[in-house]
Amino acid sequence: MTELTLEESSEKRELFEKQIQAGEKIEPKDWMPERFRKQLIRMISQHAHSEIVGMLPEGNWITRAPNFRRKKTLLAKVQDEAGHGLYLYCATETLGIDRSELVEQLLTGKAKYSSIFNYPTLSWADIGVIGWLVDGAAIVNQTSLAKTSYGPYSRAMVRICKEENFHKKQGYEIVTGLAKGTPEQRDMVQDSVNRWWWPSLMMFGPSDKDSPNSKELLAWGVKRRSNDELRQRFVNLTVPQAKAAGVTLPDPELRYNEETQDWEFGPINWEEFWQVVSGNGPCNRERMKARQDAHSSGAWVREAAEAYAEKQQRKRAAA
Amino acid sequence: MTAASKENNCKTGETQWDLWEVFTQPKTGAPHEHAGSLHAPDREMALQNARDVYSRRGEAVSIWVVPAREISATLPDDSGPFFEPGNDKVYRHPQFYSVPRGIKL
Repeated sequence: MTELTLEESSEKRELFEKQIQAGEKIEPKDWMPERFRKQLIRMISQHAHSEIVGMLPEGNWITRAPNFRRKKTLLAKVQDEAGHGLYLYCATETLGIDRSELVEQLLTGKAKYSSIFNYPTLSWADIGVIGWLVDGAAIVNQTSLAKTSYGPYSRAMVRICKEENFHKKQGYEIVTGLAKGTPEQRDMVQDSVNRWWWPSLMMFGPSDKDSPNSKELLAWGVKRRSNDELRQRFVNLTVPQAKAAGVTLPDPELRYNEETQDWEFGPINWEEFWQVVSGNGPCNRERMKARQDAHSSGAWVREAAEAYAEKQQRKRAAA
Repeated sequence: MTAASKENNCKTGETQWDLWEVFTQPKTGAPHEHAGSLHAPDREMALQNARDVYSRRGEAVSIWVVPAREISATLPDDSGPFFEPGNDKVYRHPQFYSVPRGIKL
């Protein structure tokens, strides 16, 4: 890239700010501040890694799904997550970084992914609750990100949002089914809700006052709503769903505020959040090891594909 | 594969194959639209990967894959003067012409 003079770069910055103000999307070849590029790479690749690591807790139950319908569904959902990871790696690559580098950042533990996936899936009910709460929270976040100011990220989000609705509905179907089932099934689903509710609220990230990146990302239109706004929106959507399903959300302080029309909730255990983010969650090491193993034991597939491509090329050249 | 990608290959075993841009046609009669990109070692596997990544729910009846490096594109910096010839010719639009009142054309 050629060096810009100070004057040129302030001109370009002005144009960039104008585009953002006007609600125009920034496209890969447009000029953008280096910091914008870096923040986007960090944010979109974290999102991509989350999709990839997110396959692990659910993959855990594919062989033990209770019937064929559930098994097919779960397989399709996990395959979607792989696809979502690929859409997002593809969006990140438009910022001038190779996927190989991103994968390396994940496998060496340099990059982060959503801390929700560092919790274990202990029962079949967890598959239902993940679809309902975890994918539900992801949808709230992603629906907002579909309007993000970076074109390729926005397009990936639109595609992902369309597919996530199936994820949430299949999860909610499992939850309502179990909640109407035997006493053991009801206990199982309630136990699962108890374990996943608070980590789901943490998915939106730290509270606005403790989120160092938020202000800048909001100013650039990369984020459209703050962490706390999105979290509140998720709670408001979920409380009636929990009531309808017949499960209890594990928060004695949950109450409706007539004035703000919000469901107010109790304090989040941020100590736990930071512990999990910094690598001390229940499954951090297990997840990393599973990813590394999957990557190295899949190496022969990549080598075979390459060998096949070379062979085909030789054949074509000879013909 | 380039020398740089071979190097990456050694570090993580991640094969940085060629980048392909994917275009899908949602139904016959519609134009092919850019769906995204993917990596593949050749065009045959690029098409198969494109089907698995961009058409898991019948989103396409036809797929094109194009090596990303084969695409020529305008640059945002040049786009002003490049598109200029089309911008100052208002007479190319029907609103430019006046028609007597009451006549429907």
